[in-house]
Amino acid sequence: MGKNLTLPFSFHLHPGCEPGQQVLAGQCRIGKYVPLPPAKRLHWILQNHIYPMITALEQQLASLNLAADWVGLRAVKATETARSVRDGFPQRNGKSTSQGIMVEVMVNGQIGYGATNSLQAEQVQVAAELAYQQAVAASQWAIYPLTPAVRPKVVGQYHSPFVKPLSALSPQEINEVLIRLCQSLKVSDQIVQTTATAITNETESWFVSSNGSEVYQKFLFLETHYGATAQDGAVVQQRSSNGYLAHSYQGGWELFLQPDLWEQAQRTGEQAVELLTATECPNQVTTLVLAPDQMMLQIHESVGHPLELDRILGDERNYAGGSFVKPADFGQLSYGSPLMNITFNPTVPGEFASYHFDDIGAPAQREYLIQSGLLLRGLGSLESQARMGQSGVACARASSWNRPPIDRMANLNLEPGTQSFDELIQDIELGVYMEANRSWSIDDQRYKFQFGCEYAKLIEQGQLTQTLRNPNYRATTPEFWHSLVRVGNESTWEMYGTPFCGKGEPNQAIRVGHGSPTCVFENVEVFGGGA
Amino acid sequence: MTLLEITQLEASFNQISDALMTALKADEALKLNLLAEQSQFIRFNHAKVRQTGCVRNAELSLSLMTHQRHGYRTLALTGDWNSDWPQVQQALAELRQEVPTLPVDPYLVLPSGSATSRDHHAGHLLAPSIVAATLLPTVAGLDFTGIYAGGAVIRAYADSAGQKHWFATETFALDYSLFAPDGQAVKGTFAGSQWDDAAYQAKLTNSKHQLQQMAQPAKSIPRGQYRTYLSPAAVADLISMFSWGGVSESALQRGGSALGLLQRQEKQLSPLFTLSENFQRGSVPRFNEWGEVAPVELPLIVAGQLKNTLISSRTAKEYGKVANGASGSEALRSPEVAPGTLTTDQILAELGTGLYLSNLHYLNWSDRPTGRITGMTRYACFWVDGGEIVAPIENLRFDESLYRFLGDQLINLTDTQEFIPEVGTYEHRSLGGIWTPGLLVEDFTYTL
Repeated sequence: MGKNLTLPFSFHLHPGCEPGQQVLAGQCRIGKYVPLPPAKRLHWILQNHIYPMITALEQQLASLNLAADWVGLRAVKATETARSVRDGFPQRNGKSTSQGIMVEVMVNGQIGYGATNSLQAEQVQVAAELAYQQAVAASQWAIYPLTPAVRPKVVGQYHSPFVKPLSALSPQEINEVLIRLCQSLKVSDQIVQTTATAITNETESWFVSSNGSEVYQKFLFLETHYGATAQDGAVVQQRSSNGYLAHSYQGGWELFLQPDLWEQAQRTGEQAVELLTATECPNQVTTLVLAPDQMMLQIHESVGHPLELDRILGDERNYAGGSFVKPADFGQLSYGSPLMNITFNPTVPGEFASYHFDDIGAPAQREYLIQSGLLLRGLGSLESQARMGQSGVACARASSWNRPPIDRMANLNLEPGTQSFDELIQDIELGVYMEANRSWSIDDQRYKFQFGCEYAKLIEQGQLTQTLRNPNYRATTPEFWHSLVRVGNESTWEMYGTPFCGKGEPNQAIRVGHGSPTCVFENVEVFGGGA
Repeated sequence: MTLLEITQLEASFNQISDALMTALKADEALKLNLLAEQSQFIRFNHAKVRQTGCVRNAELSLSLMTHQRHGYRTLALTGDWNSDWPQVQQALAELRQEVPTLPVDPYLVLPSGSATSRDHHAGHLLAPSIVAATLLPTVAGLDFTGIYAGGAVIRAYADSAGQKHWFATETFALDYSLFAPDGQAVKGTFAGSQWDDAAYQAKLTNSKHQLQQMAQPAKSIPRGQYRTYLSPAAVADLISMFSWGGVSESALQRGGSALGLLQRQEKQLSPLFTLSENFQRGSVPRFNEWGEVAPVELPLIVAGQLKNTLISSRTAKEYGKVANGASGSEALRSPEVAPGTLTTDQILAELGTGLYLSNLHYLNWSDRPTGRITGMTRYACFWVDGGEIVAPIENLRFDESLYRFLGDQLINLTDTQEFIPEVGTYEHRSLGGIWTPGLLVEDFTYTL
């Protein structure tokens, strides 16, 4: 950098052109080419979300006159519709568009960032100068001297798979589905609340850098939920579709509008009522069987977070916390039983946090973090890998254009074993089977945890018997994962996601996906509710 | 964001508001909500800078109401009329097309009233370029970690009934921890609108002193019930649970509140416990997303009795109640816990033998209908014996009902309150905080 390389735009679109119709300047096929003033170009192009955004960003990048070691521009446009219904009446119907640009500038080994919601060139210039000044001011205090190697050149694209586009249902049709779900859930006068929600999100990101990166990624997210609350005097129980917004995926409406949707909703309502008279979960040490919709939370909290390298490096100690895992544990620590195989896998089609590149452009691929119980690798970006001298994964992710990338989970999955559900429980004389998370808490080192579920069944002589309410369990992470004695096969494997993984200073909530089979753990302390 | 830029954003908001209201049809109602900020964030680890940057953002939400239906659009407000107004027009056009297709909402709240307000709290903050150089020399040689967030935060509202509010404040918050080599730590916050270097030095000197108390091996405490002192920061975490299925009237109506037992008078809280909403100090806007202005003070729980719940206009309409200026989420916005009579110098003596907890971590309901909360101890937590601090403790999990620790197990509250600032930055910087004393309780339950 250091030179002002203002270049002319090589091509534009006339307003009215559709994506994919970009042509060279002055040759637009529909309408007459009208040149836009430079200050408006970025704004106009992002508004029309078309491919020339990469070129526009590169032009903007070239125009920056900064004595920097590296500069990157990441533009994001996220359009989210949120529709929710409670007890058959609409609560929320709308669309939010968040768009902006983050400029990262590396000076003397320190990165500074500036982010603006204005897409006008002069405002991006201001953001870049702020980023530069931040980097310069902090460089003498830098925790680690970074080099452009942590922002390698990368070129590529990613598009979420889908069958039925997110635009396939009108707002009216979506509301009709949600209202019908509430009606299906209302199986009794003891149901005091029904809710149904559908959130769509179309997010595009463009990333360019001074060392030639050009990345475009387009994500289609669908998050859905329905649930019922049943009450009988002081007894209140809830049951939902696998936990709050657990049905979070990449794709289109095909993920939600499945043939058994109404039947599932009715069963959910019936189970909420069933829980009112169910037996309290016993207080005892026993065999615990966890369904995939609870394994999601178990993997997330007690495997994902403790393996984040930035936690181990201490970045998160003031907020999310550190980790019981130490740098020397990689390649050495027996994290769990030999049946435990955990992969970082952003390549699973439709899983919530799939992508081809993280937010600094590192190419993403499947990696074993834990294999046969042995800890191999952490969740660390190129920056964390350089700081710690450990291998990691492509996981530098930002919640939006206005937050810097940090180490995050993406899809973190437990690989399937060999046994069917019946085989998993057939030898259990006495145990508890739990489904769907409702309560979660773990310490700042990710060691002592306590989780609660919506619904449970007693296991007696290899059979699911009576229903249990208020099921909870508590343990410490290494002890728990070493008690893993059976892992279900692919027939038991399910994947879920959540948009609410919170971390970072400033705070960021990000999407993660988790797939798991049903699993069996021995000698776990389970207990019920009540004061 | 300079004063000039704040003024320009206000002018832009007003211009768009005026233009929109003029464009409305007779059967349409509209409200606008603005969230804006110019923030500097510096993240520290090991008394060095991990990340540093500035964020400028403004989001404008339009809610259109017509024929008992409603919908919204949220979009960026940049302050440039030529780029903002076409987007706003497009949003209005979309809403006019969509809203008539939506279901009727019998509990729709239309804008009404004539409330207006304008608050600008100017601050004196560190220039972005000198924050690191100002903060870090004081903590040289220490394992200092945390975040400094500073700058302007704006909330604004306007509607077709003529209500209009503007709230702008310039604040900073330093949220930090100091760690000992063995991982023991102390936590602190230093927040305000006027940077005071002497106060910062004093705050850090106090934290360093606290850290010295951690310089001995941590004591492992077996699970069980212990007499416990909860500092104001720990109490703030516990009271935050009242915003999540607590004092919300809609949650109470539909079985989602932990205070159902209290409301039905099946359980009691201690006469020592009083909780209210108190906006007197002005750190957060009093207006909500309908432009309604909350009363300066609203008692919620007085001497253990549930006197008021937080009732939004929507909930009031649904359940035939009287609204009291609550937000749509019916969460606490400016809570205050009344003090007791325990003097600071008597805390350890009154605790006698038990646990002194400075902070808690990761709270959740373990059984909401019975008011049971689980969470962890964190940071400077000590075993106390004979009124003397013996040693820091290894972190413990607690699982306890509020009907016990705010009920018959509550011994006393400190006679002074502390302000615990809200330092959250999800999507945007939060405002305000809680004023609360510390609590001394008997037989607090630890489970792991």
